[in-house]
Amino acid sequence: MSASLPDNAAIGVFILFFVATIVLGSTVRFWRPLLNRRKATTHHSQGEEWGLGGREFGAWVTWFLVGGDFYTAYTVIAVPALVYSTGGFGFFALPYTIIVYPFIFAVMPKLWTIARDGGHATAADIVRARFGSRTLELAVAISGLVAVLPYIALQLIGIRTVVEALGYTGMLPLLFAFVSLAAYTWLGGLHAPALTAFIKDVMIYIAVLAAVIIVPIHLGGYGAMFHAATEHLPAIPGGRIVSQDQTVPYATLALSSAFAAFLYPHTLTGILAAKSADTIRQNAVFLPIYTIVLGLIALLGLMAHAAGIVTTSSSQVVPQLFLAIFPSWFAGFCFAAIAVGALVPASVMAIGAANLIMHNILPRHSESVTGSRLAGLGVKVGALGCVVFLNAKFAIDLQLLGGVIILQTFPALIMGLLPLRLSAPALIGGWASGSLFGLGLCWLDGLKPVHPIAFGGFSASVSTGLLALGVNIMVTMVLGSVIRLALGASPSTLQPRQNMRRQG
Amino acid sequence: MKKTILLLLPFAGLLWVPLYNRHDPVLLGFPFFYWYQLAWVPVTSVLIWMAWKVDKQS
Repeated sequence: MSASLPDNAAIGVFILFFVATIVLGSTVRFWRPLLNRRKATTHHSQGEEWGLGGREFGAWVTWFLVGGDFYTAYTVIAVPALVYSTGGFGFFALPYTIIVYPFIFAVMPKLWTIARDGGHATAADIVRARFGSRTLELAVAISGLVAVLPYIALQLIGIRTVVEALGYTGMLPLLFAFVSLAAYTWLGGLHAPALTAFIKDVMIYIAVLAAVIIVPIHLGGYGAMFHAATEHLPAIPGGRIVSQDQTVPYATLALSSAFAAFLYPHTLTGILAAKSADTIRQNAVFLPIYTIVLGLIALLGLMAHAAGIVTTSSSQVVPQLFLAIFPSWFAGFCFAAIAVGALVPASVMAIGAANLIMHNILPRHSESVTGSRLAGLGVKVGALGCVVFLNAKFAIDLQLLGGVIILQTFPALIMGLLPLRLSAPALIGGWASGSLFGLGLCWLDGLKPVHPIAFGGFSASVSTGLLALGVNIMVTMVLGSVIRLALGASPSTLQPRQNMRRQG
Repeated sequence: MKKTILLLLPFAGLLWVPLYNRHDPVLLGFPFFYWYQLAWVPVTSVLIWMAWKVDKQS
């Protein structure tokens, strides 16, 4: 079945909605005072205002902001693409985005409290204050930066995908994506994505609800849809949905993605910008609503099979499906929803990364809003480089690679909350071995997210990130014990320093 | 303790894949594999909410 070609109606509607969002976000500092009668905040530095929204977001804004930068173009483009190519296996994103919430509930309010008390804006700030180590701070900051680059690249690919689906090819769509993102972030700061995240969500909800209602009507119900999709996917014996040897990868990828999700600078930015620890707990209760939408979006990958979409470029699955089943003006609206859905999180990511550069990587006393903006721009240029120079056939692989890297900050940031006596040198050793091991495995396996292991009678493929984290934790523990023995366990040198506040 | 169990239940229910790696029973056209996982979304919300209540009591 050939998809109907997009026409002027589709392009017109796309431009209308996309440009309106950019303008609204970029001009946020002019119209925000109108909504907000309260005197503009005076007790925050301008940098904290640009980078953390003044740490004043309540339950609603946090819900949209955290959900808005957690569910991205990755969700709308890459998850259905993976489901389209692999069937039920691609659904590992569903358990992942469920188990992440108990984790957030248990861990993040503690991190928020530490960050508020110490005036920290990034993961690396928190780690430096707790362990008093500049090297560990750099390790965490660089991991965050390296991990978030491909993630931003993924968002640029998302915008490019829909612009391409509108019939434009070559470098133009990518340039368009880049320039709009740069302008939006430069001018609006964190307030831009916070206040336009709701536009993104409403648009995505409309598009997804229309799809999950209209497509099955076209195809004769969900039963018929699942049945038709199965015929196009590799057969799996015994009435199963994923094959026996895929169950361990399914579970371990879900687990490692869940642990990694809120270590990223952008997701953590959303958490740290909350008003109180209880705002975060409340959000852990209500954020799973997004996961329902994610499940429905993932189904689009199966619907595309049922609707007879045949494409070798799996990123085009969702745009092609929309063009095939919707009138063209509505397809244009859905494309705008996807583009805005990439813009909002990409902006938060660039800000999170800029915070890392300004606070943690550059030497002290270099902070300024212009500096942060320039850093954010540099990050986006880096992401552009990722898109241009890396093979992005499976956009999701880029994100999984970033996941391996960011997961190595887990011991320093999360296990640092436990009453364990971890020391900075041990954590640095663990981080270095975990990162090297994980990246080495990815390299040897040809950028695959799982690695086959076997011991005893057990053999299965396990998430590479989780294996690397295992190595990391082991090295941290062993090194920690060795150092303790060597130093004769003097508590004064090994106690985490909790009261070291940031200067300047 | 009670709180920890509430928060660990979703991990147990979702990471043991053979538990739900089945086509039947079908619900509203959805194979078991899909609706079982979707059903964990509201269940997890409720579990976290209960953990929140436990937190507030103590």
